[in-house]
Amino acid sequence: MATWRTGMGLIVGLEEKLPSGFVLTSVEKLAGYMRKNSLWPATFGLACCAIEMMAAGAGRYDLARFGMEVFRASPRQADLMIVAGRVSNKMAPVLRQIYDQMAAPKWVIAMGACASSGGMFNNYAIVQGVDHVVPVDIYLPGCPPRPEMLMDAILKLHEHIGDAKLGVNREKVIREVEAAALAAVPTHSLPVFGSSA
Amino acid sequence: MSHDPYASTRETTEGTVYSVTGGDWDSLVTEIGATKEERVVVNMGPQHPSTHGVLRLILELEGETVTETRCGIGYLHTGIEKNCEYRTWTQGVTFVTRMDYLAPLFNEAAYCLGVEKLLGITNDITERASVIRVLMMELNRISSHMVALGTGALELGALSPMIFAFRERELVLDIFEMVSGLRMNMAYIRPGGVAQDLPEGATAKIRATVKELRVNFKDNAKLLIGNTIWLKRTKDIGILDLAGCTTLGVTGPVLRATGMPWDLRKTQPYCGYENYDFDVITADTSDVYGRFLIRMNELEQSLRIIEQACDKLDVLEGQPVMVADKKIAWPSQLALGGDGLGNSLNHIREIMGTSMESLIHHFKLVTEGFRVPAGQVYSAVESPRGELGVHLISDGGTRPYRVHFREPSFNNLQSTAAMCEGSQIADIVGAVASIDPVMGGVDR
Amino acid sequence: MSQDKSLNSGAFGVSGTGDTSGYGGLVRNKVKPGSSERPFGSYFDDVTDELERAFPEFNDAIEKVIVDRDELTLHVKASHLFDTAKKLRDTETLRFEQCMGVSGAHYPEDKNRELHAVYHLLSMTHNRRIRIEVSIPDSNPHLPSLVEVWAGCNWNERETFDMFGIIFDGHPGLTRILMPDDWPGHPQRKDYPLGGIDVEYKGAVIPPPDERRKYQ
Repeated sequence: MATWRTGMGLIVGLEEKLPSGFVLTSVEKLAGYMRKNSLWPATFGLACCAIEMMAAGAGRYDLARFGMEVFRASPRQADLMIVAGRVSNKMAPVLRQIYDQMAAPKWVIAMGACASSGGMFNNYAIVQGVDHVVPVDIYLPGCPPRPEMLMDAILKLHEHIGDAKLGVNREKVIREVEAAALAAVPTHSLPVFGSSA
Repeated sequence: MSHDPYASTRETTEGTVYSVTGGDWDSLVTEIGATKEERVVVNMGPQHPSTHGVLRLILELEGETVTETRCGIGYLHTGIEKNCEYRTWTQGVTFVTRMDYLAPLFNEAAYCLGVEKLLGITNDITERASVIRVLMMELNRISSHMVALGTGALELGALSPMIFAFRERELVLDIFEMVSGLRMNMAYIRPGGVAQDLPEGATAKIRATVKELRVNFKDNAKLLIGNTIWLKRTKDIGILDLAGCTTLGVTGPVLRATGMPWDLRKTQPYCGYENYDFDVITADTSDVYGRFLIRMNELEQSLRIIEQACDKLDVLEGQPVMVADKKIAWPSQLALGGDGLGNSLNHIREIMGTSMESLIHHFKLVTEGFRVPAGQVYSAVESPRGELGVHLISDGGTRPYRVHFREPSFNNLQSTAAMCEGSQIADIVGAVASIDPVMGGVDR
Repeated sequence: MSQDKSLNSGAFGVSGTGDTSGYGGLVRNKVKPGSSERPFGSYFDDVTDELERAFPEFNDAIEKVIVDRDELTLHVKASHLFDTAKKLRDTETLRFEQCMGVSGAHYPEDKNRELHAVYHLLSMTHNRRIRIEVSIPDSNPHLPSLVEVWAGCNWNERETFDMFGIIFDGHPGLTRILMPDDWPGHPQRKDYPLGGIDVEYKGAVIPPPDERRKYQ
């Protein structure tokens, strides 16, 4: 959701012109199927999580079976940026530039506790969560998350991509998501687990 | 040039800066050719598949030859050293383990040896704890060298060694998971000993893994040693002789490749290393190929040490793995329960039901931590990259006053300029891979 | 021996949150190892003898010798640092070929000697280690650069400058190395905050580590 912009879509722009209905749904299904089965990740391994990401791509936990063994070095050719590791303040502008250089449609997985929220490093040097810099689709906790956890996150992202709506359906979904976010209770005001508040 | 917002030119005080993003190399070359500039400054990284992490290399090129190399680091600076000042001495282990993330146990061992030196309990560490530390460190050396070989080969274009190396690494990580619960960043070595004892059947599994590794290491060896292409990419590349190494403070395989047999495990032994029988591997070519051979041969030496450690552990069965002093020893006995690794029920029963003193010790040690007498200490271990030293300053409290790590990758990476200037761009990749820097350690 | 009541009174050092569970009467003594007298033991006597022999101004240069936990620390005056370092490297019997790096330390209570730079030296020929410590005031944080003596000090001095603000005169390019180039302040000084942010939980907000209640 976070990565959608106007004009993003198939070359033909077909889905922008279709009214909501059977044809649009079929186009969505086809586009989703194609996109999720050959999602190419960009190399953005920073620290310890990068090693687990490499292990996920290596022999035992094989990412190639999901069509993802080619970690594209150039962000121009990548669809998915797995931010694996702690993002320091010096690295943040680089992260944003790589994200901007990726072509839409693009997705971001924040892998690990440091990418999701700053992790154990709550200090001057680390960005407290890469969602301060790029919009994130999946947050994957762990320090570092096992390769199997990374694969689970990727598979959930695949489902998400496969079900993505296009055209007028997408605009409807965007509006609904925005309304829900505006009406949501802030986290620190939520009732504490199990309390009677 | 093009009208792409990401691939354009801009004028600066130093001259024109071109941004290239792929596919536009021809237009760049024509434009530079028109300016009659012989020298071009190229930026490699920090996001780059071949720079071994978030390392930025700033190269001044004359054609394909590099005339000047500078490293830009700091892209992974985490402020770990400052963070340790706000945590107890034992909590520091979890921070410190994430510096050099390929050799986490070495970070922990250096830090714990330093804390124990400050506490004055170096001689009270049980033999079983020291042997377990040696065992885990040598296993870590194997897994670290595997990543070094795998990623080094990948950067030079060889893709299979990476898969082989990670296969071996997974075998070692299985042992780590069995012993400590985690594959990486385990926080297993703690001041006073280790977090928990080896589980049942650990030594048998380790011996079986050693046998399997000995067979598996031959795959990589057959593929790369003596391989013409590999030799062409690594022989006489990245030369750094002994004088260069000593003045730059370079230690580890880079120093041993010059022929100097300096290994802290032999010269200034710690954790009982003087009781193990192993050789210090050197090479005399001072080049990338020599360092590669050293790493391959150190694997076999590590396997020897692991086998000897397993034999010792079988003899020392039943010994405690923490110091006897209850005011320092990490209190909880961990056990694997339905929801993961946590305090064992026996321990909970003891502290809640039987012994008030144990409860108090547990509480005070976990919340407040133990007090370390004031002073400063420097303790060093031989990590896979070189001398990993930690400088600890205590002011008598429960938290360190200053923790500073002398990381081998930080000092070794300085030698990139000495190794690479005058060579080709492709050689830089090989030279940096042979230094094997871990950017988490460089930037801390 | 220093007993600083203002910083250490009260076992829990709390201010503001009204934590009444501590024992307010406790005062903790901060004890630092004092100067050592000869004989120092093991190879330390040899090292100091050789240094004295090679370096006539030894007694002016060395402020204090501390032997603590089997390690020798020589406190050197900043003005004599460069010469001492050269002598340590070049004298045959000393031969400290490798400098392991510069470590900084900030002691805000030691007026006029706030910033310390600590050099760890290794002699591979004689298999020895010593430590050199220099103290300089915050008002004039200048030290001679030892890059000419040991080239490996280059990045370490840049890091110490970046983290503590110690300026090394004669360094070939003293710029920030770990923090971004335009970062204000020197992070590892004691007067620089840890810089964390509050962490949100359901129904609660936890302050960052340097603002929480802590034990002394």
